[in-house]
Order: sequence, then C-alpha cells, then structure tokens
Amino acid sequence: MKTFRRGGIHPADNKLSAGQRIETLPPPAVAVIPLSQHIGAPAQPVVAVGDYVRVGQLIGEPGGPMSAAVHSSVSGKVTAIGEIKDAFGIKQTAITITTEGDDWMPEIDRSGQIKPGCKYSPEEIRQKIADAGIVGLGGACFPTAVKLNPPASCHIDTLLINGVECEPYLTPNYRLMIEHSEEIMVGITLLMRCLKVERALVGIEANKPEAIERFEHIAARRDGIEIVPLKMKYPQGGEKQLIQALTGREVKSGQLPASAGVVVINVATTFAVYEAVQMNKPLIESYLSVSGLNLLKTGNFKVRIGTSMADVMERVSGIPEDTGKIIAGGPMMGRSMIHVNAPVTKRITGITLLSRQDALRLEPQPCIRCTSCMQACPMGLESYLLARKAELKDWEFLEKHHIMDCMECGCCSYVCPSHRPLLDCIRLGKATVGNLIRSRAKK
Amino acid sequence: MYTVLYTLLLLLVTGALAALLLAWAAKKFRVEEDPRIDEVESLLPGANCGGCGQAGCRQFAAACCSAGSLEGMQCPTGGADVMKRIGAVLGMEAADVQPKIAVVRCAGTCSARPKNNQFDGLRNCAVASSLYAGETGCAFGCLGFGDCAAACSFGGITINPHTGLPEVNPDLCTACGSCAKACPKHLIELRPRGPKDHRLYVACTNREKGAEARKACTAACIGCGKCVKECAFEAITLQDNLAYIDPDKCRLCRKCEAACPTGAIHAVNFPPKKTEQA
Repeated sequence: MKTFRRGGIHPADNKLSAGQRIETLPPPAVAVIPLSQHIGAPAQPVVAVGDYVRVGQLIGEPGGPMSAAVHSSVSGKVTAIGEIKDAFGIKQTAITITTEGDDWMPEIDRSGQIKPGCKYSPEEIRQKIADAGIVGLGGACFPTAVKLNPPASCHIDTLLINGVECEPYLTPNYRLMIEHSEEIMVGITLLMRCLKVERALVGIEANKPEAIERFEHIAARRDGIEIVPLKMKYPQGGEKQLIQALTGREVKSGQLPASAGVVVINVATTFAVYEAVQMNKPLIESYLSVSGLNLLKTGNFKVRIGTSMADVMERVSGIPEDTGKIIAGGPMMGRSMIHVNAPVTKRITGITLLSRQDALRLEPQPCIRCTSCMQACPMGLESYLLARKAELKDWEFLEKHHIMDCMECGCCSYVCPSHRPLLDCIRLGKATVGNLIRSRAKK
Repeated sequence: MYTVLYTLLLLLVTGALAALLLAWAAKKFRVEEDPRIDEVESLLPGANCGGCGQAGCRQFAAACCSAGSLEGMQCPTGGADVMKRIGAVLGMEAADVQPKIAVVRCAGTCSARPKNNQFDGLRNCAVASSLYAGETGCAFGCLGFGDCAAACSFGGITINPHTGLPEVNPDLCTACGSCAKACPKHLIELRPRGPKDHRLYVACTNREKGAEARKACTAACIGCGKCVKECAFEAITLQDNLAYIDPDKCRLCRKCEAACPTGAIHAVNFPPKKTEQA
C-alpha cells in the first residue's frame, strides 16, 4: 500500500464513533452564525436586525476575492449583528437569528433523490460553489471556488480526493463516505468537469475498509476514478503528503499544490459541492463527531451551523467529570476550547474530549539532540533548531530554514522524548515570520 | 660574515617596502569619520538597549553627529543629563524631554480576576495570545508569563508571583520601551515620570462594555465616565468604554481617583492622605 515518504507518526487512531450512523440534530432555538468561517476577509452582512430570513438565504456576501459567502442555517428573525466570543475567547462578528419554524428557500431540493446527471458548464459549477459559500472542510477552510480556479501557468491533470481523515478520533468523513458514497461520487465527477481533468484519485486510509469497499464498487462503473487505499500514517491528510502518497509528486517549498498539476479536495467538501450544484443547497450544515475515551456514548452528527456546541454535547451524555480538555477538532491539530457555548462553524469537524490524565503535558526536559523530531517531520524540517531559534527570536534564520513550510501537524512535539513544546515555539516563529514577509510585500 | 649582512639587509629592505605599502594603504583606504562620534559614544551608557530607535549606542552617536539639531534625539537610558552633555560636545541645544517610565495598564491580580482555564503550553505571552484570549475572562489583560521581564535588559520589570502581574522598578527602568514592544496585549505605556514621581493613570485596557468588563475583573475600567465629569482640566477621554488620562493635561488633583467606582485609576507615590480625626 502507498503512503508518503518522509516522516510521519502512528498515534492510536481511536475512531470510537466509526460505527455510529450520522444523527441529524433539529435546528437550534437561536443560531449564532459568525461571518468569518474561512481563510481570508470576513463576509459582509447583507441583512439587518429585524429582517426575516429563510433557511439557505444569503446573509453575508464575500468580503473580497479571497472570502466566502455565509448563509442562514435556520429560518426566523435576525435579532443581533455584533461581536461574540468564539470558543477561544476571541471576538468575532456574528449574526444571531432566533428560529421560527423551518422555512427553506424554495429553490433548494430537499427530496434526497440522487441526481447523477449534470448539464452545467465548468464556469457555472464554479459559480454555484462560490454562491454556496463552500470552503475546504478538511480544516483549513480555504474557499473552494478559489482553489478550483488555479493560476493559468499551472496545468492541472489530476483531481485528488482526500478521504484520509488521519486525525485520531474524528469520523464524520468516514461516515459520509459510507452513507453518501453515491453523492460523493457524483460530486467527484462535477469537480472533474469543473477542472476539465480526466483522472481522479481517491485516497482512503486502510482503517476505513467499508468506505474503500463501497467506493471501489461504485468507481468500477465510472471512468477515470480510481480508489487508492493508503497505509495508515499521520499526517497523510496533509495536502502535500497526500499528493506525494497518491502521485509521487512533490510540491516545491512555498508553491501551491496546483504547481504539481493537482488539486486536492476533501470528501466532505465534495459532498457539499454535490449538494450545492445538484440540489442548490448552500453550506449550512456541518458534519462532526463527538468522541472521547471516557464518554459513555460517542456519535456523529449533522448540525446546523450556528448551533451552540453545548447543544451538541447534550446529545452525548454530557461532559464527564474528569475531562481535562475539550478540543475543537482532533487531538493532533485541534485547539482546546475555553467554553462550549460557542457556535458550530464550517471549520468544526469534531469535538474531542480528553481526560485530565490524557491531556496532561509533562514537564519539558533539556533537548538531548536525538533528532526524533527531524525524523518525524513530514516536511523535512529541523524542528528542534527552529524551535530554539524562535525562542531566540532569530527570525531571519527561521525564514531561511523554511519555517513557513511547517503545517503545524504536531509530529515533532508528539515524538519528543523530552516533552519539549516544539510546536508552540515554531508556531510563534511562523506567525512572526509570516507577518514580516507580508509587511515586506506591502512595501 | 656576509651571510649575516645579507640577511640583515634583506630584512631591512623588506621592512621598508612593507612600511611604505602600509603608509600608502592607510592614506588610500582611510575612512573619513567624524571624530565627534567617538566622543559622543563615550558619553552614552553603552547598554545598546535600542530605546532611542537606533540599533545601538554607536549608531545613535553617529545619528546625533550627522543631525542638524538634537530635536527628537533622546537616549532614554541616559536621560536629560546625557543629552545635555552630548549637546555641549556638538554645540547644539538638547531638547528638554520629560523623563519617562514604563507603566503597566492592568490591575487584574489573581484575586481581582479569577482564572477560568489553565494554559499548559509554553509559558510565553506571545505563544498564548496567538492561541486564545487567556486564562481569565478578560481578553485584554496581562497574561502573566513575563515576556516583558524577559525583554528588559536592566532588570527593571519583574513578575510579582503573588499578584501574577509585572511590576516596574522605578530605579532601574530607563523607559527604553523594550517591554512595551514585547507585550502582545499592548498593556505597557511609557508615561512621564511626573513631578516628584507622582503619577495618575488608568490601570486597565479592557474595551468591553461595563458589565462584561466587571464580570471578568473587579478592578476593570467599566467606562462609566465619572472621572471624565470630575476632571476640571479635560485631561480624561473615554473611548470604547475605556478612560484614558492625558499626562500632558493632567494636574494630578486626584479627583478622578476618588470618583472611580472600581479603583481602576491608580495614583503612584503620592503621600498618604490625611485622615480626618473624628
């Protein structure tokens, strides 16, 4: 089986909720919908307080070329447009809607019938994706329509579909691949049509046998789509790692994946593309799993965006007493939250609860120069050196040694036998160097 | 005998040629430098703190010598005294600048601002603030991991383990501004030391509405505006629910301090008030 060449680790995958069917949660009594759920400029509100909105109605239009639209996930009255505190205590502008009934926009097809045929041109498909506010649902939230419009200098020959879900605990992509495999396949053909490519590779890690089986069964009937089971290794879901695993190509430092002739789209995004193009349904729902080793009940949920995470937590026997951390996302790339009263956004793919024992970080010891971190780094960076230089504020050195290639996967911190906070330091260096590069570009 | 003579002669000639070469090179490649730079540099403290805005003391000395006047030139570490001496050397008038000191605008001690979570990453303010709002309910206040203390080259600012807040040592602080630059929350302000070191300032930067700010911290400025009404000199402005005292207009009457319901206005180094005997 294929996998990426350099680095990587094997954390326990703990896919506890893999066997649970996706449960649909009812619309919340109050939906709080942030205007910045993507990379780039926040959306601009197009509704006012007191307006009545329907499910799927546009409430925020893109705030620039690198932005995404935001739609209402419930029907009701807009009661506030203002600042809220997100799950990390940081202020965000959000639209608050008090739910009245469940009144959908008439053009949205809610029949659930699978529509395999497509009569749209590539430009029309891209426009529909942009109008639906679709962003990369693998976690980065990069606007998909921008990704589907690669620079003219890059010739795209292959579409890569990311069904890896290498992050421990998370299972929404796996469940989507099982329960909506036909729709995702249609989504792949739509994306191939949009990018004008003849070939698509779907990478799925070996711990998802049911998804591989279903996809292979359907792909046998279609031309150009190939299912590639991958050997389990974290962070295979990283864009550059997946490109290497599936095609053997390497993306050069500082360049876009498009420069290697590929576009990578996540399976959940592919499903959203299907719904947007064939059903006219904008991105108003998030698929997420709630999981944790000491939860009595785990589960996968389809949640309207704007639902409080506390409401989702209620579905799974509440928060156990010895919980040490509640993480938005998985334990490797997720961020600990300081409260659960924040809304679910497009970004949230799971909520992971760790016990106090599991969440404990051990006291850092001196670096013993064992180079475990370098061997684990999937980008081939010298993690220990970057971390130390970031502590010493040697930004020029960091830039020269490709700190911007770090994708913050956390492999270095995971393997460090001295429990050093490598990623913390590197993240600080990366943020500072990023700011320096941007301010230089402005001048 | 001749061997010794030739050897000596050869050495002599080589030495003479080398001396000529060196003499020529010294003239040809001579770098013209203002001799006053060395003189000015010798007056400077030599801490290379960067508080003047230059890379170090020598660069500051060079900048002083090439500038037309000492307007805007200030060595915060040396203070007015050093600037006057530099002025004497260069024959220029040193601008009269008030001595300044770093002031920490947060009074959220452990008791005033209870923690609602615990940060277990690298104990560094820049790292913590890039990840989330902080360990307390106040997203504006001090994180207490001591980036300011680490940035200070004079040992003038330290974290008090009892309050969890940085404290400025007025004897050691030179107002170079390193701590202000290091603070990711922009809490530290350089304010004039004031007459007899008497100072009044708002020890808070919370811009939330009053109720929110009060919920997070009992010592927060709640933006009630009582101080603004009380001030006879229009020294206090209220913006985004936060009061600010302009040190240039403030006459240190302390009426605002008495009016503040949360004690967010701090008065430093004033003699203790006379208590009326009943």
